Amino acid sequence: MGQAAFITAALDASQPNPKGLVAPDGSPAGKRFDVYRNNIAVSLTEALETGFPVVCKLVGEAFFKAMAGVFLRAHPPSSPVLARYGDALPGFLESFPPAASLPYLPDIARLELAMRRAYHAADPAPFDPQILAELPPERLMRAVLYLADGVQVIASPYPIHSIWRANSEADAPPPGREAECVLITRPGFDPVATPVFAATAAFVRALTEGKTLEMALTAAQNADPEFDLTATLGLLLSQQALTGLTERSDHE
Amino acid sequence: MLDHAPNLTQLPNRPGVGFKPQHFDALMRDPGPVAWIEIHAENYMGAGGRPLAQLHALSERFAISVHGVGLSIGGEGPLDRDHLARLKHLLSWLNPASFSEHLAWSTHETGYFNDLLPLPYTEATLARVCAHIDQVQETLGRQILLENPSNYLAFAESTIPEVTFLAEIANRTGCGLLLDVNNVYVSACNQQSEPHAYLDAFPLEQVGELHLGGHDEDRDDQGARLLIDSHGAPVVDPVWALYDHVIAAGGPKPVLIEWDTDVPDWPELRAEAERAEAHMGALAQAL
Repeated sequence: MGQAAFITAALDASQPNPKGLVAPDGSPAGKRFDVYRNNIAVSLTEALETGFPVVCKLVGEAFFKAMAGVFLRAHPPSSPVLARYGDALPGFLESFPPAASLPYLPDIARLELAMRRAYHAADPAPFDPQILAELPPERLMRAVLYLADGVQVIASPYPIHSIWRANSEADAPPPGREAECVLITRPGFDPVATPVFAATAAFVRALTEGKTLEMALTAAQNADPEFDLTATLGLLLSQQALTGLTERSDHE
Repeated sequence: MLDHAPNLTQLPNRPGVGFKPQHFDALMRDPGPVAWIEIHAENYMGAGGRPLAQLHALSERFAISVHGVGLSIGGEGPLDRDHLARLKHLLSWLNPASFSEHLAWSTHETGYFNDLLPLPYTEATLARVCAHIDQVQETLGRQILLENPSNYLAFAESTIPEVTFLAEIANRTGCGLLLDVNNVYVSACNQQSEPHAYLDAFPLEQVGELHLGGHDEDRDDQGARLLIDSHGAPVVDPVWALYDHVIAAGGPKPVLIEWDTDVPDWPELRAEAERAEAHMGALAQAL
């Protein structure tokens, strides 16, 4: 009996046990094989519950466990590093009919994934904000600002930050109805989710894509002509989200 | 250099504990008899943040054992080279006193299944496991310890007793062994065999580390006791007795308290380490 047959039967309780597995008296292994079925499903479900506590709270534990059972069979981890497990969950939730009544659920899962990524991200290099003040404005505009590993933005048509907060903090206000964008940063060791304007999200996204400050500013002003560059840079500095700056040479 | 600076390059013949982040402050403040800690390699493969910062701080004070759960040394397919590279990166950074893995498989073509799955003991699987261990030791540039599994069932096709299988792996590859005493008890109960006979046949001179842990209890189809290796409870008295048997026969060894689910507060875990130390002390008195 090969390992393919073992794993196929372990993932599908409706299949008979693989042949050749025995109890001490030589009889078929019977429910002894269920230990492996159970260990795989329970341990991967726990990994998902640990990674997506707010999704779990929103749908309830029984629903989450049933959903996880379907997900882990369709999308088992691709590596033993379970801190990365669940990248496929937002997409899975988008086409999981039983979750259709909670349309914001995939974006909540994206937010939780982003927080986990930030938790394990590389520590940022120290950045001296004087560099921003000392560079002449026209040179600054042509520069590329580097963001810390793990800095991400999520733009959602749903109030995902306030839903997430209401389900992870004791005294949080009830969520509203407006679309929300979220900036994820990690000053120190604990990731922080900050609600931001759509223009701020567009600005940060442009920086994550390696665009110049000028191009990022244009993207932000397209979203909102009143975009406040100084306040946004101040927010990024306070969140230890900036790590460096490179000036583009003129012939690039 | 301080005269009293502990040697962190090898595991001392004292108790260690499986490290849990919630115990970090208590462990640094009040380690009791805990002289070394063990981490699961796969939990420290991120780029930075608190996990690596805590590990760095621990490594300046405690000897470290890195215990892998994801190499799938018993797998039919080739070892995952990306995972081996991650492991090499972690070990190069940390330079721990010990690295250990399991006689089991967990990865198949379709994914990683996060459990220690069993393999039949045949000449073919022996050759495959040895080839994988050769590859691991060559890539990592160090000896590894291989842990005996908890068994819930057996393979009809097996032709080699487990102890012989493990001893032969150590002979052929030069790897050391990690003897999990709770696994011996769990497997003996589940296979209705005699744990002392297993231990008396075990090549204790190859053992670089012992594990102690708790288990759960269930029943099989015939109503026989079926023990499940859960690491979620205190060590039971029969396992302490087997531990005494091992250290009486093989001398004191680095001994780990494993507690991975329903993890208790620090004082309860420390108390288990104190008990392991007391058993070593009682043995020394008796000699």
